[in-house]
Amino acid sequence: MNIIVVGCGKVGRTLVEQLSTQNHNLVIIDEREEKINKVTDEIDAKGIIGNGVSNQVLLEAGIKQAHLLIAVTGSDEQNLLCCVIAKKTGRCKTIARVRNPIYFDDISFIREELGLSMIINPELTCANEIARLFQFPSAVKIETFSKGRIELLHFNITADCGLNNLELMHVRSKFNSDVLVCMVKRDDELIIPRGDFVFREGDVAAIVSTPANASAFFKKIGINTNRINTVMLIGAGTLSYYLARRLLSVGIQTKILDMDPVRCEQISEQLPKATVICGDVTDQKVLLQEGLPAVNGFAALTGLDEENILLSLYAKSVSQAKCVTKINRTSFSSVLSGIHLDTITYPILLTADTISKFVRSMDASPNSNVENLYQLEGGLAEALEFYIKEESAVTGVPLGKLKLKKNVLVCCITRGRQFIIPRGHDELQVGDLVIVVTRSGIHDISDILEK
Amino acid sequence: MNFSIIIYIIGRILQFEGAFLLLPAFTGLIYGEFEDALVYFLTALLCFVVGFIMGRKKITHKELYAREGFACVALSWITMGAFGALPFVFTGDIPRYIDALFETISGFTTTGASILNNVEALSHANLFWRSFTHWIGGMGVFVFMMAILPMLGASSFNLMKAESPGPSVDKLVPKLKNSAKILYFIYIGMTILEIICLLICRLPLFETLCTTFGTVGTGGFGILNSSLSAYSPAIQNVVTVFMILSGINYTAYFCLLMKEFKQAFAMEEVRWYLIIILVSVGIITWNITPMYDNVGTSLRHAFFQVGSIITTTGFMTTDFNLWPELSKNILVILMFIGACAGSTGGGMKISRLIILFKAVKKELSTMIHPRMVRKIRLDGHVIANETLRSVNVYISVYFMILFISLLLISLDEFGFTTNFTAVIATLNNIGPGLDMVGPTQNFSIFSSFSKCVLIFDMLVGRLELFPVLILFMPSCWKKY
Repeated sequence: MNIIVVGCGKVGRTLVEQLSTQNHNLVIIDEREEKINKVTDEIDAKGIIGNGVSNQVLLEAGIKQAHLLIAVTGSDEQNLLCCVIAKKTGRCKTIARVRNPIYFDDISFIREELGLSMIINPELTCANEIARLFQFPSAVKIETFSKGRIELLHFNITADCGLNNLELMHVRSKFNSDVLVCMVKRDDELIIPRGDFVFREGDVAAIVSTPANASAFFKKIGINTNRINTVMLIGAGTLSYYLARRLLSVGIQTKILDMDPVRCEQISEQLPKATVICGDVTDQKVLLQEGLPAVNGFAALTGLDEENILLSLYAKSVSQAKCVTKINRTSFSSVLSGIHLDTITYPILLTADTISKFVRSMDASPNSNVENLYQLEGGLAEALEFYIKEESAVTGVPLGKLKLKKNVLVCCITRGRQFIIPRGHDELQVGDLVIVVTRSGIHDISDILEK
Repeated sequence: MNFSIIIYIIGRILQFEGAFLLLPAFTGLIYGEFEDALVYFLTALLCFVVGFIMGRKKITHKELYAREGFACVALSWITMGAFGALPFVFTGDIPRYIDALFETISGFTTTGASILNNVEALSHANLFWRSFTHWIGGMGVFVFMMAILPMLGASSFNLMKAESPGPSVDKLVPKLKNSAKILYFIYIGMTILEIICLLICRLPLFETLCTTFGTVGTGGFGILNSSLSAYSPAIQNVVTVFMILSGINYTAYFCLLMKEFKQAFAMEEVRWYLIIILVSVGIITWNITPMYDNVGTSLRHAFFQVGSIITTTGFMTTDFNLWPELSKNILVILMFIGACAGSTGGGMKISRLIILFKAVKKELSTMIHPRMVRKIRLDGHVIANETLRSVNVYISVYFMILFISLLLISLDEFGFTTNFTAVIATLNNIGPGLDMVGPTQNFSIFSSFSKCVLIFDMLVGRLELFPVLILFMPSCWKKY
């Protein structure tokens, strides 16, 4: 596919990196020459220096032959205008990044009226993910499928957890729950476990289940599923605004701390129910005064990665709170897994993932559509959700009789309102939503078969 | 420096060379030169074996940064020359290895300078290989490798940058592999077209092939002692046209293929290239008409020689060493100018000169208006300071190499014209110079040491100075 990416900041770069592994023809546009040179030196893409709003520049980038234009510059308005012009000049689909809360309420109006295929708001996506974690604090990370009806939950195996030292094949009989363990991360290795796999303390396991089943399962294995009712957010940026708004709407008490009086005033105007504190957030006294030890949810969302890490480490040392740390730089993720921060969220990766998902689903495959796609553990594995459109080699045959690729696991089938954890005798049917976890590249449901 | 990947790539390049060596081997079989054919088969086998051994080691790091790219290209070209020279020695046609190396490097770098007194004495296989090296070197072996092999990672762009001529290298299309394919598609297209045209002019197939390789690669090895002067005017005219076409920036052809005619004809570089050719041809025709029977003949000779020199091909139809001084000096200036960037030709490249002239103009304007802000543009695009700086450095280094080489070969005690034009003819990958290295002469007069200097000049000229020079930096060889 021919894809044009306008804007070569952190998101643009991560996006180009992800897309370049999928054999697309990539053109990147940015006004800053040094940014372009850096990307074209390392990634097989063509760089054009110029403003993506200019029709001339777009023509040079081959907008007439392009299938998709993604505008991710720093300015919302530039992104929107770029998409509109691209749409009029070529006949491509367009994705714009728009993050100013001013547009929040009109977003679907803007999207439809301007003819955009997708508007992505990284802060909002990220806020939704963090909110989900606060509602389900036992999980380290949650990915949702089938419009939120099915979740992929990652959680830590601790010494007193019921799974510790248990063989995988006994999990179902012992706890009698309808969940499927689809992946375990041990040290830096990613394992798609078999029946004889034994859990160990320190593993990060991932299960596929419905929220209700998962909740019951966590109770049975002895993981604390207390609801969070007070949350402290550090930093009063856009992300905090979206997150606080969502948390307040479900009745969670939210306290927002920031150093900047102007921002504090703004956010207090926008969110009358929130408690806004203006003070030096790096001062331990301020944090203690505001009751850090008593909160059960904590999120460090300032613009500085280092500050966020320190704040989270401190919060963990003085409280039992569920901690979420926002990190902008993706390149050091391997180092961060060494220090024990509860949950790390990368807004940039989330954005890039969302767009990659869209690109995958545009790659029209004959038998199935990619509905959802998540990169797991920094791209080591992927979880994909397919919608099965037509009969193919994989449909109508019991899964036990299919010759599946190694490292491919069919985790879950959603058929109408029914939710099936597949066994050997289950089979795929047209109309099913299927979740597959894999370590090799899959573009279509039929790719799960060994060639 | 990441040695493992460099060794791997050079191994791969050697395997390609082995495949290329099979062609002259078959030529030898066709013409009944069985001993020569055997030599070529064995050399090909040697290349395959050495290449296989070098390519077998596992690559520990896949990083290919700019310095690896540069060093790798330079080392590969040297290796190709070293192995490509072997058949000449083994067949006994060029007994001394240094002479064979000179001839081969001259072929790969599309120079066309020869040390042979009697070209016609060579076997068909040797003649074919000699001309075919031009064709390989013209577009570049790395570009060829990229077109057909899977990527070595995205940073292979560094290899293409090091091999492709011009102040700044651009991809035609987003994918490097596809860009390389398009370049070779145009290159092969042009080759086939010339072969057809020459066959129509009733040139025998073997001579057609050799002449075509020399033309589209802008090389200039002839297979007759008299180069092209014995051929009919029609053949000479066909070659003139294709030489000039080969000196045009291939981006222009790509725009034509994409039906973007406006963009193709708006290229400043191509316009200046054609203007320089026409003006030079005009002056030379006027200047040499008294020497020939009629204006038509002098026009044909002027066109051929100007086309041959500016594209740095180096064929000839008449001994221009006998021309009046004005014409000879114009030719020497054309030697410096060279062809367009992004073509198969050598020299300083027209786009560099355009940028340089514009920079001079800007400098003068800022003397008049000291506070003036102005950007230098080429084809409407602003030239980055980086590019401008690299052009300036290029020109300085170019002249530095020129003068040092001149000094070194003056040890042989030949006249100034001979030495000077020998250096520019090799540094700009042209082939013939003036006086004792004139079109009817050759480079056999020089000592082995001078030949080494000139071999260095040819490589430096073809790879645009820096890839070869970087090998002399001790810090380039340090491990990480």
